[in-house]
Amino acid sequence: MQLIECPWCGPREEAEFSYGGQAHVPYPADPSALSDEEWAHYVFFRDNTAGVWAERWMHATACRRWFNAVRDTRTHAFLATYRPGDPSPDLTAAGTGAGRG
Amino acid sequence: MSTAPATGVPEHPALLWRNPDPKPSYDVVIVGGGGHGLATAHYLAKNHGITNVAVLEKGWLAGGNMARNTTLIRSNYLWDESAAIYEHSLKLWETLEEDLDYPILFSQRGVLNLAHTLQDVRDSVRRVGANVLNGVDAEWVDTAGVAELCPIVNTSPDIRYPVLGATYQPRAGIAKHDYVAWGLARRADEAGIDLIQDCEVLGFTTDGDRVTGVRTSRGDIACGTLALCAAGRTSTLTDELGFRVPLQSHPLQALVSELLEPVHPTVVMSNAVHVYVSQAHKGELVMGAGVDSYNGYGQRGSFHIVERQMAAAVELFPVFARAHVLRTWGGVVDVTPDASPIVGRTPYENVYLNCGWGTGGFKATPGVGWCLAHTIATGEPHPYNAPFTLDRFVTGRLVDEHGAAAVAH
Ligand SMILES: Cc1cc2nc3c(=O)[nH]c(=O)nc-3n(C[C@H](O)[C@H](O)[C@H](O)COP(=O)(O)OP(=O)(O)OC[C@H]3O[C@@H](n4cnc5c(N)ncnc54)[C@H](O)[C@@H]3O)c2cc1C
Ligand SMILES: [Zn+2]
Repeated sequence: MQLIECPWCGPREEAEFSYGGQAHVPYPADPSALSDEEWAHYVFFRDNTAGVWAERWMHATACRRWFNAVRDTRTHAFLATYRPGDPSPDLTAAGTGAGRG
Repeated sequence: MSTAPATGVPEHPALLWRNPDPKPSYDVVIVGGGGHGLATAHYLAKNHGITNVAVLEKGWLAGGNMARNTTLIRSNYLWDESAAIYEHSLKLWETLEEDLDYPILFSQRGVLNLAHTLQDVRDSVRRVGANVLNGVDAEWVDTAGVAELCPIVNTSPDIRYPVLGATYQPRAGIAKHDYVAWGLARRADEAGIDLIQDCEVLGFTTDGDRVTGVRTSRGDIACGTLALCAAGRTSTLTDELGFRVPLQSHPLQALVSELLEPVHPTVVMSNAVHVYVSQAHKGELVMGAGVDSYNGYGQRGSFHIVERQMAAAVELFPVFARAHVLRTWGGVVDVTPDASPIVGRTPYENVYLNCGWGTGGFKATPGVGWCLAHTIATGEPHPYNAPFTLDRFVTGRLVDEHGAAAVAH
């Protein structure tokens, strides 16, 4: 089974985690100013990158804390995990060739 | 007729169609040579006489989800919009073999959708009522009825999720997916449509709100109208076109056992314990479950999904305990927020979108081909695909089949 590195607990089996989709999607700064279309995009639309992207995971069966991961959706390989609030690691420095496949 | 008469086995697919080089220009370019792209091509020719058409496939015909799915066909969806398009499709399945003049092993052996909790029972009875009102064959059967229809189901009250009954759609069933693709491809090819394999669409040329052509791994091809039938990879194309589609691409896995004697007369699905099983004509048990939770384009998934699915299968069908897994595989399915497809217009005047069928679009193959061909030919959505717009996510007119229907596959 694929191991995922919880930033607090260390490497654990994937089955311990639950998935939270795209990371770094900010709540609208001025919600009442949004048009229907802008709301729809906030609620329903997420990137669907074929390649390297940042996403959220939660360590459901242990510390139950949320964290972020950078993963290549083409290979499913985890490139980094980091705590919320920490900046997303520089992908170009990791030599991952971020982009779609 | 391309059947070797003594065996009923169709000819090798390589003999069923030409493999032309792309022409510089077509009236209609369809991206994706899966079931939906091929069915759209077939009905463009058959229903509308439009044959200056190319289907561009980055790999080989039906190498995507079309030949990876578990072939369940049913129309017992809850909402009127879904029942209409899936029932239209089921009716087309009932005559598709004659239409294609090609064996597709369509077998209407019925589907049982099991109920394991009181809430399941209420939802199921409600769905049966909705189905009947929509002219879809459906009935509620109690536990004894399940045992009668499928004696190998464990109907003991002493299991973790006892079987309290099921919905039954007798006209549901299975077909042989690769034969369906080959039959459609042969017909489209006969009509003069170019099926172009090893031809990946990499980008587009545009002029204002029109797409004038596609950039492919085999050169540039101009198009009058463009239809996207790229299933799990749709977002990679809409990203190039610069508009957003509410899709998330997930791995979806399935597996088969070794070939066994016929033991399983129907199709059984259980959303609560998350497994569904049929037995293919050759004898292998075909099983699937839900998607892997994460986004993935790798055409494979995680092993614990398979493990849980097997645990559920053995609980429901104790007789399977000694069967061996022969093969597991995965596809990439495009899931929408309301678990319904998106078929129709895009921000580009001459580009039509067909995607979001997620875990359940095989059954829709002839139905959506028919409707998308109509949409392309007339410029107006067919009444059956009209509700499935991209802008429903803005207007709020969702067709929420999540949990509403027996939703998986
Ligand atoms: C394991 C599994 C089980 C399933 N079980 C069922 C089931 O029991 N019942 C059911 O109804 N549905 C089921 N489905 C869903 C069903 O398979 C899909 O909804 C359906 O096949 C999608 O339509 P399609 O056949 O056109 O897709 P595909 O066959 O995936 O066709 C899309 C094609 O587009 C091509 N393509 C993508 N990008 C490009 C590009 N840039 N250039 C050129 N070509 C491109 C791909 O290579 C692919 O061949 C299942 C799916 C999976 C994976
Ligand atoms: Zn942890």
